[in-house]
Amino acid sequence: MSETGYNFAYLDEQTKRMIRRAILKAVAIPGYQVPFAGREMPLPYGWGTGGIQVTAAVIGADDTLKVIDQGADDTTNAVSIRRFFQKTAGVDTTTETAAASLIQTRHRIPEEPLTEAQILVYQVPIPEPLRWMEARESETRKMHALTEYGVMHVRLYEDIAHLGRIVKSYDYPVRVNGRYIMAPSPIPKFDNPKMDHMPALQLFGAGREKRIYAVPPYTSVVSLDFEDHPFEVQTWSDGCALCGATDSYLDEVVIDDKGGRMMVCSDTDYCEKRRAAGHLGPMSAPYAETEAAR
Amino acid sequence: MYVAVKGGEKAIDNAHALLAEERRGDPAVPELSIAQIKEQMTLAVDRVMSEGSLYDADLAALALKQARGDAVEAIFLLRAYRTTLPRFAASLPVDTAKMTINRRISATFKDLPGGQVLGPTFDYTHRLLDFSLMADAAEAPRAAAAPADDAAMPRVVDILNHEGLIEADSAPADAEPGDLTREPLTFPAGRDLRLQNLARGDEGFVLALAYSSQRGFGNNHPFAGEIRLGGVEVEIVPEELGFPIVIGEAELTECHMITQFTGSKTQPPQFTRGYGLTFGRNERKAMAMAIVDRSLRAGEFDEERRFPAQDEEFVLGHSDNVEASGFLQHLKLPHYVDFQGELVNVRALRAEAETVR
Repeated sequence: MSETGYNFAYLDEQTKRMIRRAILKAVAIPGYQVPFAGREMPLPYGWGTGGIQVTAAVIGADDTLKVIDQGADDTTNAVSIRRFFQKTAGVDTTTETAAASLIQTRHRIPEEPLTEAQILVYQVPIPEPLRWMEARESETRKMHALTEYGVMHVRLYEDIAHLGRIVKSYDYPVRVNGRYIMAPSPIPKFDNPKMDHMPALQLFGAGREKRIYAVPPYTSVVSLDFEDHPFEVQTWSDGCALCGATDSYLDEVVIDDKGGRMMVCSDTDYCEKRRAAGHLGPMSAPYAETEAAR
Repeated sequence: MYVAVKGGEKAIDNAHALLAEERRGDPAVPELSIAQIKEQMTLAVDRVMSEGSLYDADLAALALKQARGDAVEAIFLLRAYRTTLPRFAASLPVDTAKMTINRRISATFKDLPGGQVLGPTFDYTHRLLDFSLMADAAEAPRAAAAPADDAAMPRVVDILNHEGLIEADSAPADAEPGDLTREPLTFPAGRDLRLQNLARGDEGFVLALAYSSQRGFGNNHPFAGEIRLGGVEVEIVPEELGFPIVIGEAELTECHMITQFTGSKTQPPQFTRGYGLTFGRNERKAMAMAIVDRSLRAGEFDEERRFPAQDEEFVLGHSDNVEASGFLQHLKLPHYVDFQGELVNVRALRAEAETVR
């Protein structure tokens, strides 16, 4: 018991054991959605309760936790979840990707490559990649069991037929270990290639839908495509306005009411690291000066 | 020059402080006590206990106070507390035939053993604002008390059962009921899980579904066989004793809806049941639940499933207001990353459309 009156990392040990069993099953069957008895958490459904339960089940006292939302450590929900674990588990937290042993994320994979010593926990709103083609769970489970994925290919093909390209820009479906089609959670498709053969363990928690799934380290993750329409990721004509990076996912910030825009790294830690190392973008003051202004 | 905004932590602290201040309202007005909410906002407390799945009026009142009267938020608070509680026993099934009756009415028989007991109901009040309630009452209203009636009050469905006119209770007495707060819900769900889901389900949602089936989006012509309200004893069998002991009394509202059924190849014509149960006093919810329960049993009676109220995945998947409220409101969270992906997409599609033109 910590001083909060709750067990370490909030959940009781029986519940953690139940979740760990689901995680073990998920790791054993990459990409398969394991139903688990998700608990009501003190944070709202849809705000990361699945990721929080997975994190609570795997976190230890000597872990260092990083929490990001949209790639940033300082978005309000990331702050809220990080505080939750500070309060209930008393663990060290960090904003540095490399310093974290456990990273909980919503909508992004950090730009800096992850290692075998790290676990990445994704918050998942809709775990079922076939949901938009088939609303019924009893049907989609059968389709997965029978590897009956024709509808997914038809859906992607229809995009090409109607629009000349696949218009899915996030939560872009992948095939894991050559078997299950999996929803990567609403990360931009820019991040999909990072999932393939990632050295870190990737765990996915969907609290409201009560599903856990996983991609074990060094497992193949292939974004679905066609020979004549190969998978491609987003690109921008300019780099980050602050750090000049041309290899990172960029967010668009509106800077005036006359159509002015600037593009900045969505991964705030990556951007700061680059600026600290002396990289400058076209709209950036030198790093030391911005730090002093804080 | 642009400096990335770093205000998340401070903004959250300030927002919490502002919320606390607004919850209290004008400090010149005396603060509400938990006892006041529990005693005078009883139906709100009952709803929070029912959908919060926790029979504790003090905590439900606290949740309502903390939630500034927002029922769904209070239900969420109670659920999040409940999930941390250890399970030290499961009660025996409560016997509502032995209920100490506060109210009991049947719309199917003019009179019946035990009689009709109107009890405390809004039903025949004229909905005129009572302006006298705006002032502090000089004296608390009192109702005349009748001596307790010890006459047995058998349940209407049991009376019908003597003639075999109504289907027998479907669940075997020794069946272990499921618990969707401990096991993931899978489809098809059993009636036990459906009833648990409906009992926890949002009152407005269940009401609307029941109403839809009454209006023709369903095939349900129910009679209110019986509605009863009162206290039941809750018993557990502690392992070290081996016999049941009473651990307390719970107030419940129970509804049996009776629906005509013309028979199928395997079943004779008879009446069928729909069942509703809530903590405390909530007839509207209990009646709606009973109608939706019967609608969801369409498959058992070879009825064609054509409407939302008959569709188990639709009803059970969307009845929970804590889930629904959370997911709906998560749209307030930042989505810049996804939106950026869509911006890239739409710009590319527009550029292509331009060149084609």
